[in-house]
Amino acid sequence: MSLVQQTEKQNMRAWLLAEVPTSRHHARMAAWYQNWLALKRNTLAMAGLGILVAVIIIAIFAPILAPHDPFTQDLANRLKPLGFADHLLGTDSLGRDILSRLLYGSRITLYIVTLVAIIAPIMGLIVGTISGYVGGWVDVVLMRITDIFLAFPKLVLALAFVAALGAGIENAVLAISLTAWPPYARIARAETLTIRKSDFIQAIKLQGAGPIRIITKHIWPLCISSIVIRVTLDMAGVILTAAGLGFLGLGAQPPSPEWGAMISGGRKFILDHWWVATMPGIAIFMVSLAFNLLGDGLRDVLDPKESGR
Amino acid sequence: MKKALELIDLNVWFGEGADRVDAVKSVSFSVRQGDSFGLVGESGSGKSTVLRAVTGLVPYWNGTILVDQKELGAKRDKHFYKTVQMVFQDPYASLHPRHTVDRVLSETLQLHGFKDIDSKIPKLLDDVGLGASFRFRYPHQLSGGQRQRVAIARALAPEPKILLLDEPTSALDVSVQAEILNLLSELRAEHNLTYVMVSHDLAVVGHMCDNVAVMQHGELVEMMTVDKMRNQQADHPYSRHLLESSARYRA
Repeated sequence: MSLVQQTEKQNMRAWLLAEVPTSRHHARMAAWYQNWLALKRNTLAMAGLGILVAVIIIAIFAPILAPHDPFTQDLANRLKPLGFADHLLGTDSLGRDILSRLLYGSRITLYIVTLVAIIAPIMGLIVGTISGYVGGWVDVVLMRITDIFLAFPKLVLALAFVAALGAGIENAVLAISLTAWPPYARIARAETLTIRKSDFIQAIKLQGAGPIRIITKHIWPLCISSIVIRVTLDMAGVILTAAGLGFLGLGAQPPSPEWGAMISGGRKFILDHWWVATMPGIAIFMVSLAFNLLGDGLRDVLDPKESGR
Repeated sequence: MKKALELIDLNVWFGEGADRVDAVKSVSFSVRQGDSFGLVGESGSGKSTVLRAVTGLVPYWNGTILVDQKELGAKRDKHFYKTVQMVFQDPYASLHPRHTVDRVLSETLQLHGFKDIDSKIPKLLDDVGLGASFRFRYPHQLSGGQRQRVAIARALAPEPKILLLDEPTSALDVSVQAEILNLLSELRAEHNLTYVMVSHDLAVVGHMCDNVAVMQHGELVEMMTVDKMRNQQADHPYSRHLLESSARYRA
């Protein structure tokens, strides 16, 4: 690195770490940089972030990275063990290369997880905060609806939705989201109830703020950290629910290399050919673990009170 | 002199039916413009509730409240919030934990329709004795006294005429209390404000106010000038008792 570049970098650092920010933009950048430094100090969170970044890169470059076509069947070489010929992770019951299928499957998994992680918490947040803030009959109606959703076993409810909407990944995502939002609504409502009477909400009311501004700008930021934790804890469950739907023929459809469906496919051979189910299992485990680690670290960073310590 | 705030037969209650608790019972008083009015009484006597009723933060009340000789309806409008502002008791609870000082003030200014927000914020901070270096801090990076200064800056932002002070110093250290009280006195002179101050600390009220009303069990039992209060010249037995016990406590 040349000297000029080095001083430039130092200047940038000094600017970002300035004790007294000079503008709103500067303050925001400095806050982001401080958050990043705090996250960087958390080794486990960085490990989680590393795994997730790796998965995203794998998903993008799957066609380049995969040694085989994930759909080509080779019945002569079915259920071959790890390291057979050039099949690093062996082959499945139809002779398809498991490694290639895992690489391609990361796309589907990320797709499902991202969509559910966006739809369900936001829906829960909206329902929960409105319910908690407005109260009265609105609260009663919204919470009874939530109770109805909570009263059904998740997979059964998702099954009913998929059966009604038709099979496929998009509908599976929608069905999982529809069954996953009630806990978020409950959390958000509980948080809202504890803050809606607080002085800082009263204070902004005295400035003439309406309920929409209060909910979105004052209550939501305080609900985020508990929601983030719940999202990261739910991720593994979401992947498995998607797998369950795939297994029942209502989620990802057969040739597509969805990880959950691969586990379901490998179940029949688990005693004699353990790798067929185990390899996608390890993949799911790694991704869920990464979400958990990152979520935990993010929670600490997102709470300015915590980061100040 | 013009009356800035007048209450006639104000009643406030919580709950309905058998659970009904009358927190304020037919309280009437008026505050002249530029005056500083103190409400004293023991905990639960309804003094804070009077302020909350004026700002519309209590659900059930009746009676007449006049601000600038105009009667208030059931809902408070933008104009009311521009005229009357409040400083809360606990500065640790009255600032949003995730909002910087800048955000608190700019949102307030924006809600009141000010245009030159960026130039107004440093001036507001300067008014309450905080430098521009505090602008982008979070509440947890401030001390109790600094937080209360931010809360006062927020209340001053809409350029109100009447400031309601709900025990603004009771959550602070004694040394900081004096600073905040002096700041409030200076601001009153500078901006020609009318104060209504609730406190259970008679020394604070004696320092800040011209007229004092004593409340007990939700009723206003006596009004007197602050000189009368200092000289222990109360007529009502309860206010006499209150003044005596306060004097004994200090002695």
